[in-house]
Amino acid sequence: MRRVVVTGMGLLTPLACGVEETWSRLLDGKSGAGKIKHFDASHLPCQIACEIPLGDGTDGTFNPDDWVPAKDRRKVDRFITYALTAAEQAVKDSGWVPETDEDAERTGVLIGSGIGGVESIAEAAITLKEKGPRRVSPFFIPGALINLCSGQVSIKYGFKGPNHAVVTACSTGAHAIGDAARLIMLGDADVMVAGGAESPVCEIGVVGFCACKALSTSYNDAPEKGSRPYDKDRDGFVMGEGAGIVVLEEYEHAKARGAKIYAEVLGYGLSGDAYHITSPAPDGDGGFRSMSAALRNAGLTADDIDYVNAHGTSTPLGDEIELGAVTRLLGDHASNVTMSSTKSAIGHLLGAAGAVEAIFCALAIRDQVAPPTLNLDNPSVESEIDLAPGKAVKREIKVALSNSFGFGGTNASLILGKVD
Amino acid sequence: MSDISDRVKKIVVEHLSVEEDKVTESASFIDDLGADSLDTVELVMAFEEEFGIEIPDDAAETIQTVGDAVKFITENSEG
Repeated sequence: MRRVVVTGMGLLTPLACGVEETWSRLLDGKSGAGKIKHFDASHLPCQIACEIPLGDGTDGTFNPDDWVPAKDRRKVDRFITYALTAAEQAVKDSGWVPETDEDAERTGVLIGSGIGGVESIAEAAITLKEKGPRRVSPFFIPGALINLCSGQVSIKYGFKGPNHAVVTACSTGAHAIGDAARLIMLGDADVMVAGGAESPVCEIGVVGFCACKALSTSYNDAPEKGSRPYDKDRDGFVMGEGAGIVVLEEYEHAKARGAKIYAEVLGYGLSGDAYHITSPAPDGDGGFRSMSAALRNAGLTADDIDYVNAHGTSTPLGDEIELGAVTRLLGDHASNVTMSSTKSAIGHLLGAAGAVEAIFCALAIRDQVAPPTLNLDNPSVESEIDLAPGKAVKREIKVALSNSFGFGGTNASLILGKVD
Repeated sequence: MSDISDRVKKIVVEHLSVEEDKVTESASFIDDLGADSLDTVELVMAFEEEFGIEIPDDAAETIQTVGDAVKFITENSEG
């Protein structure tokens, strides 16, 4: 099977616009949480989220005009603007510019989203009800469809290879990277732009997750304390938004052009809980099986794992179930492993989470440091695994595992490794 | 007439993000102003909203230029 490496990365997160800008803030223990600004949430049980820091583009802020012209933004939901922003960073970072028709046809795009243009759908429904069918914009559908991230990126750069999208709730970003890597391994493409984008911080998005009782509601007056994976006072996840996109490339293709290589995609595993639409199975077997499958795929054993970027959303049930599954997987090796939930800093980016967190794994491998788990003041259970409370952990990281679990009982695990 | 023309041009400038001086009566939305088929659908909607008229689909298809729009609206609006 052909080897696949990461040669470009792009991030738009609640900490910053930009990979290095996000990463330095993450290692410094900064939080992206705050009172919701995008709409008035004062009437809702959850009034906090991790929103993209808007600004003039300096000091890590996101100025949309720097990335997508206003006339184009008007025609798409925000998640597509986020995808275009992260894709531009990743493509530029990779230095990959197809020069021949064949190059273009061997370069594909696979970007997903968990729920896509939910705000646009809500707005179009209001327009339909209030103004009638003749006022619904022709850009409503192509601006809300999830696969239009991949479509827009392919059009912008002329990438004519496989054009695909993933929709697996909170596992989307991990599935997108895993599936794109498989397309390269199997020879369908040499280069894939892959990842996830999400813009759920809108009234209908927050209301919907509030109704599922999934969001944190006790920290409206202390937003930065809301996302607290493994802590005994956690009470739900804090919603995030943004995009994470990588350029994946066949190893020899990358080497031949002298590309910078961040990490190798060593393994990818998938499983289903077959249990409940929103609750994780109590035995954690689904997560255990996706991690085991990724290890098998990589030809590694649990003893090879140095760092785990957990799904760890800060929900009362999920965190301990995942921790139990990871502990079961690692066995005697547990005390040698560092595991953190970066959702403690950036919130839960839903369909973008797995892609953003895979990028954090690649950076952890590059810089030999595990980012911290914030707000882990009083662990709800004892663990032999170092959960990196409060502070980044400098340590050897050759192999990193990233977990993503989604509504519907869909699980994905990615394993990234250092390339010598 | 000039009032309608100004209002049409303002809508075109806003929706297509083009320079005002390019929006002449003879300018074609698609050939000269960079619109695609979806842009023209949205423009027609904006004209309907601004002038409180209904532009049927078969009439909309004949509106290719700024001048076509001004002419149709002048002939079909009450004010």
